[in-house]
Amino acid sequence: MKFIVSIVLIALLSFAACLYLPWWSIAIVAFMVAALIPQNPGKAFLSGFIALFLLWGRLAFVISANNEHLLAHKVSVLILKMDSPYLLVFVTALIGALVAGLAALSGSYLRKA
Amino acid sequence: MRILPLIISATITTVLVITLNSTLVLPAPLGKLLSPQHGIWQNAESADADFNAELKFPQLKGKVQVYLDDRLVPHVFAENEDDVYFVQGYLHAKFRLWQMELQTHAAAGRASEIIGDKALAHDREFRRLGMGYAAEIAQKEAEKDPVIKAECDAYTAGVNAYITNLPESELPLEYKLIGYLPEKWSNLKTMLFLKYMSYDLAAHEDDFEMTNAKRFFNKEDFDKLFPLKQDSLDPIIPAGTVYAAPKVQAKAPATADSIYFAGKPLELQEEKPDKENGSNNWAVSGSKTRTGSPILCNDPHLGLNLPSLWFEMQLSTPTFNAYGATFPGAPSVIIGYNDSCAFGFTNGGRDVRDYYEIQFKDDTRKEYWFDSAWKKTDFRVERIKIKGKPDYLDTVAYTIFGPVMYDKSFSGGVAPNDKYYAVRWKAHDPSNELRIFNELNHAKNYADYSAAVVNLHTPGQNCVFACKNGDIALRAQGEWPAKWKGQGDFVMPGTDSSYMWQGMIPMDEVPFQYNPERGFVSSANQKPADSTYPYYLGRNYPLYRGLLINKRLSAMTDITVDDMMALQTNNYNIFAEEARPVFLKNVQEEKLNADEKRYLDILKSWNLNNDVNEKGATVFEVVWKKFTEVVFDDDYKLSPEVIMHPFESSLLEGVLKDSAYKFLDDRLTTKKLETLADDVTLAFKKASEELKQAETAGKLEWAKYKGTRINHLTKLDPFNRTDLPIGGGTHCINATKETHGPSWRMIVSLTATTEAYGVYPGGQSGNPGSRFYDNFIDQWVAGKYFPLWMMTKGEENDKRVKWKISFSRS
Repeated sequence: MKFIVSIVLIALLSFAACLYLPWWSIAIVAFMVAALIPQNPGKAFLSGFIALFLLWGRLAFVISANNEHLLAHKVSVLILKMDSPYLLVFVTALIGALVAGLAALSGSYLRKA
Repeated sequence: MRILPLIISATITTVLVITLNSTLVLPAPLGKLLSPQHGIWQNAESADADFNAELKFPQLKGKVQVYLDDRLVPHVFAENEDDVYFVQGYLHAKFRLWQMELQTHAAAGRASEIIGDKALAHDREFRRLGMGYAAEIAQKEAEKDPVIKAECDAYTAGVNAYITNLPESELPLEYKLIGYLPEKWSNLKTMLFLKYMSYDLAAHEDDFEMTNAKRFFNKEDFDKLFPLKQDSLDPIIPAGTVYAAPKVQAKAPATADSIYFAGKPLELQEEKPDKENGSNNWAVSGSKTRTGSPILCNDPHLGLNLPSLWFEMQLSTPTFNAYGATFPGAPSVIIGYNDSCAFGFTNGGRDVRDYYEIQFKDDTRKEYWFDSAWKKTDFRVERIKIKGKPDYLDTVAYTIFGPVMYDKSFSGGVAPNDKYYAVRWKAHDPSNELRIFNELNHAKNYADYSAAVVNLHTPGQNCVFACKNGDIALRAQGEWPAKWKGQGDFVMPGTDSSYMWQGMIPMDEVPFQYNPERGFVSSANQKPADSTYPYYLGRNYPLYRGLLINKRLSAMTDITVDDMMALQTNNYNIFAEEARPVFLKNVQEEKLNADEKRYLDILKSWNLNNDVNEKGATVFEVVWKKFTEVVFDDDYKLSPEVIMHPFESSLLEGVLKDSAYKFLDDRLTTKKLETLADDVTLAFKKASEELKQAETAGKLEWAKYKGTRINHLTKLDPFNRTDLPIGGGTHCINATKETHGPSWRMIVSLTATTEAYGVYPGGQSGNPGSRFYDNFIDQWVAGKYFPLWMMTKGEENDKRVKWKISFSRS
């Protein structure tokens, strides 16, 4: 239950924070949620990881689909050197997930420290 | 015991965030870029994007309604002129902000601020050309004029209203990719943009190249290669026109043709605009059209870029109502029409930039020798900011001629230079170019047009005009220096006033045509007048497009809009019409192998059109190129690197009138005197090698060989449009080259209800993530047009209106 709550909380708060704050506020959100909700480090990491993977993945996918992937075709060639909108969405999700996961891991260590 | 893991994981997280937020480790700040709520995803405009908005600004005086149609063309209805320019500035910024800033940064010599020291040579060159200096002078002049000052102020306020309210997430994509933020707009930036156009259109000269050519060749050869007049010239103002005696007479110094041409070559490498800034415009009078009303056509040819130089819009106030192509970066409609008349431009192409060699007293450059005395220099310190590096300070000396562009410290990089060259450029003189567009937008008749165009000093343009009352006109307009014959073709001594420009051609002596008997006016950058015109016009003009346009227009009657579309997109190669017989008559077929023979057959059966799939156009192009090399390479073998090559017409006219044209002989072979047949045959053999390669690569068809592309200003490949299947070429009316071509095609039929068509190779949005980014390109490639909709009050509910933006005072 804590696991699910953590995921939902990190995702919702990250979305809200990014309306006003820089993108890396997702790290602060994940860190704080993990520090407040006691979980073992592995689960904490996973909750941050999954939360942002789903949040960023979904946001990017919906935006890109509405755009008929026009921009993602171009930017994927630019950044990934291959024309793959889905890979760009995946990379986006992965980056958010890694940052939030690691931040949540740190948060859980803070609690246990 | 969790402190250690905490420190480790917190450190890793921090390092990861910093890495993903900067370009220190990765080439792009991936976290920042890919964050769906901040980065590039925010620029992925929804296919059904909603542009409706209600905006309030304290700067507005009244209400402004903007109706965006299905092509994203804004139709702006304002209650007063200040508001219309405010909204124009706002909309330009909304759709083209990054482009506007990049162009003005480039113009100001500030590119290094954005892209680092690889732009330093460009920045120094532009500052030494005095671009900032010229823009400051232009701003002073414009702001003396209360009408233009108000217009510029309102425009600037509009751009800044957009920038101020721009959240970081909505920053144009390019700012995010390159990593910087927009700065505020200013009237100076508008002037910088206009000076950028002056640079593009009125900065081409070959003074160093011509000086070297004059030193290298003897007089007879030089005159053959660079003739003062071309045999087949059909000037803008028809031959035979009688001109009055000139009011200004420039006197050539006694030494003008002699002593100055001794000495070693001048090895300077200049950054130069494309000299083939071709363009066509014409107007046919009602006597030649089916409707009985005049039709005006214009297609300015410029470098093809994305976002496009142009932005289409309608500006409407109780005092004027104009539609057409506008410049993101400047107020008014530039090429277009209003309720009474239509107007357009082609480049005047005359030499208004000359170099003078300055004799400084010593290395401090504080004084220079002029008219037998030491004269004091002014200095302007140029502080060039460089991304990631300390500022670069460049002290530029200003003389009576203008800035000393080249000296020991800056020669463009070919060879070290120990001389000082000041540049005299017409764009440095005070003038108020925005006035012409303001007045043309308001113009009701020929008198208004005539009063408007005299405000255009630099870049000089051939201004075409047509009016609903039936008038048509064309002026080769500009404030042109009155030069003695040959003045400014070569670098001149800067030690005495006799070499200076001695005056300007009075405005009433500028060549013009008003309702001519032949029923049309036209220009295609050819020489404005023949040798009976009493002022020196320079020697280098393209002549073939003009020839064809005049030929076709003369033959046409009962002209329709469709006829004009066909003419504007015409791919007939009139140059090949004259040159191909030379090849076919002289090639020694018996010396060709099977492949070479096959290419000859393709050339023989070619219909002379540079159409998309024509292989003959490719064969002709390559054979002509090789022929030029075969004829001239030996003559140029020992020449300096920086030297003028012959005008394209020189060789053709040379062999047409003299089959024993002296350059045909290969100077490197002493035993034999090569003939036209030898050279043509050799050219064929050389061409075949290149043609074979093209054929193997599947690129023998003309459009594939030519490879027209439209580059994004960053040249980042995914944002470019490449391999466009479009015909045309240098000598065709449809002068579409690799990255150069008709940047806006417009046809206006001035019937009771104006009927107008237009297209440009781009799209209204500058955002590569928008479906409006390049949506006009296919239409342009296909030679098709969009009907231009001059919206009227009462049409607010027309089905073409897709979105509405209301502006009001807050």
